[in-house]
Amino acid sequence: MKKILTVTSALIAVGAAASAQELNVVSWGGAYTKSQVEAYHKPFTEMTGIRVNSIDADNPVVPLKAQVEAKNVTGDLFDIELSDAVRMCDEGLLEPIDPAMLPPAPDGTPATEDFVPGALSECAVATIVWSTVFAYDESKFPGEKPSTIADLFDTTRFPGKRGLKKGPKSTLEMALMADGVPAAEVYAVLSTPEGVDRAFAKLDTIKSDVIWWEAGAQPPQLLADGEAVMVTAYNGRIFDAIAAEGKPFQIVWDGQYMDFDLWAIPKGAPHLEDAMKFLAFSTDTQRLADQAKWISYGPARKSSSALVGLYQDGKTEMAPHMPTNPANMGNALVNDFEFWADHDSELSARFAAWLAG
Amino acid sequence: MSDAPAHLTTADGQPLQTALARSQARLRRRAFLLVAPLFLFVLITFVVPIGQMLFQSVYNPGFIEIENRDTGEVTPLMTNVTAWFEANPQGTAPDEAAYAALAADLKHLKEMRAGGVVGERINYDVPGTRSLFTSSVRNADKLEPPYLESVPAADARWADPLVWRAMRSASSGFTVQFYLNALDLTRDGNGEIVRIDEKERVYILLFTRTLALSAAITAICLVLAFPIAHLLATLPLAKSNLLMVLVLLPFWTSLLVRTTSWMVLLQSQGVVNDIMVALGIIGDDGRIQMMYNRIGTIVAMTHILLPFMVLPLYSVMRPIPPTYVRAARSLGATSWTAFRRVYLPQTLPGIAAGALLVFILAVGYYITPALVGGADGQLISNLIAFHMQKSLNWSLAAALASLLLFGVLVLYWLYDRLIGIDNMKLG
Repeated sequence: MKKILTVTSALIAVGAAASAQELNVVSWGGAYTKSQVEAYHKPFTEMTGIRVNSIDADNPVVPLKAQVEAKNVTGDLFDIELSDAVRMCDEGLLEPIDPAMLPPAPDGTPATEDFVPGALSECAVATIVWSTVFAYDESKFPGEKPSTIADLFDTTRFPGKRGLKKGPKSTLEMALMADGVPAAEVYAVLSTPEGVDRAFAKLDTIKSDVIWWEAGAQPPQLLADGEAVMVTAYNGRIFDAIAAEGKPFQIVWDGQYMDFDLWAIPKGAPHLEDAMKFLAFSTDTQRLADQAKWISYGPARKSSSALVGLYQDGKTEMAPHMPTNPANMGNALVNDFEFWADHDSELSARFAAWLAG
Repeated sequence: MSDAPAHLTTADGQPLQTALARSQARLRRRAFLLVAPLFLFVLITFVVPIGQMLFQSVYNPGFIEIENRDTGEVTPLMTNVTAWFEANPQGTAPDEAAYAALAADLKHLKEMRAGGVVGERINYDVPGTRSLFTSSVRNADKLEPPYLESVPAADARWADPLVWRAMRSASSGFTVQFYLNALDLTRDGNGEIVRIDEKERVYILLFTRTLALSAAITAICLVLAFPIAHLLATLPLAKSNLLMVLVLLPFWTSLLVRTTSWMVLLQSQGVVNDIMVALGIIGDDGRIQMMYNRIGTIVAMTHILLPFMVLPLYSVMRPIPPTYVRAARSLGATSWTAFRRVYLPQTLPGIAAGALLVFILAVGYYITPALVGGADGQLISNLIAFHMQKSLNWSLAAALASLLLFGVLVLYWLYDRLIGIDNMKLG
């Protein structure tokens, strides 16, 4: 009997050890997750033998908050936006991250100086700079082409369905910019009740022409299916459709909405130690540069930029497709993370009410 | 055998009464053990969650306590303000003591990293106040006495009586506020119940839309199912079996598959529009929007719920002897009269069962409207899901769900009064 017990407990110990050798990473799915799998997950598994399970969500902060609130955390790392990282950190849902554990740049510059300003926050580390842009199907506009953010809301000159993100973040800002608010004043306007009303009033003008999307993979699909002629989308998804699938899509950079995506580790993550290891590994100079080979998002480290070269097909130059390319920054809005950390839940509720009404 | 025993005994000498009671008890135990799994199942998966939901809809301690996520230790929050509320009745204007209590609590919130959670709770009641808490907590250390001046100076919204009224209501944990919210109501600064701002009203609209769409879907299902069920009941066996397979096949197919098939058919570049364009009924630029709106919801839900109408109707129509209608005809009734006065009344139990089944299923439908409903085809269940999964306002979700449950129970009661639940036949 004793022998059986020993064998069983030994087996259980082995089982526990085996299950410890994996990591659950929750990200946005589609072309973006693919870029992370190629640039981070595969080399990490090769180096450490730890299996990385990739889990898709429309917006990973939603399962993150739900899992911690329900005290049933299954994910180890979540890829979330900056304002959400600040908000979750404020609410004590995230593990603090010490920037000293991040590897320095190859030339020895410490991580705290190597990351672009704003990319390191108390509980999260940025991997990419990305942006929400609007894009259209060239074949649908043989004559005049949309060129400014106002054209997204102009269904008289550019008739057809619009695919917009089902949520207030970026949608309200774009509505205000289309209504003539300069990028620099958007958040000052949006902080007032009249400004919010103005944004919704602008959205009202195209409400009946909108198809709402939730997952980042949807908007290129809406364009490809001809369900919409213009969509807002994450710039890398449109790039992927153009570069990998040869679609006749065009990105309009006017009024682009820039943000960071960051790794965050929830309180109660089942594999905390390995998650920290993965976080440090995936945010080193080479890994961040590698990711840009797969999708057109800018690396969050200065030292990575020099290493960004060609798309994986070996001929497309990546630099012009990056949100941070000076030519694309003409009328760019940088997400005000404090505004959204404070106002996300109230504007989300208002948005849901507006949408259903 | 001179004297008869006072009590009857069994073969092994026990008194008969005891033995009988024991064997009865054993039977009862066995019967109980047999139903115990079902009983436990119903208790664990049905009664307890519904009880929890009802409790959550009236109790939300987000304002008064926080649980440490690592240790599970519960720390009381906002204790000073709560004490001030207890000492001063409703309607007292906040004085220096109140603001001092608030400032002390804000500093405590900063220490506990709880500004977001507490602000969220007040934000449920007074939209737009989460940021008031998070920003004030961030700068709480800068607050100096006299607080009566420094706190409203830091953020003018602290002087709003609505915020104080909401904090007072939240300080007890128990509240009917979520039911008020679920009915688009709120309280003003004096505690009077008033309707909320027109721009933010949404739930009443969605409840009515849900009921109206469910009623429409039930009616369409009845109109479509009645002839099919009649054919099923009267055709020769070989043909009716084939027809039955056609009814049941979609019934057995996954809900998601059926819903996405409708997406393929109905989208503006989809099969139906393509055929109409090819036939020249509509032009290429005049494609009809049949999805991501109410039409999509009605079409897909009608199709999915149709078997729930066909099957009870069929089970009732099957045993109706065809001789009744023939007798009515031979006595001089027109075919319409024979149908209306002889056939239809006999199918009523099936109509009642089918209608109730379809209506109740439709009222709680979630996945189909979420996929094909667009914005104006959303039902109340989609908003419940929104509050469960995205806004994480579980108390409001619970209140909405309780109202829905209550509404269905009222309908059920009405139905029992009008038609009688005994007259219902499911098969």
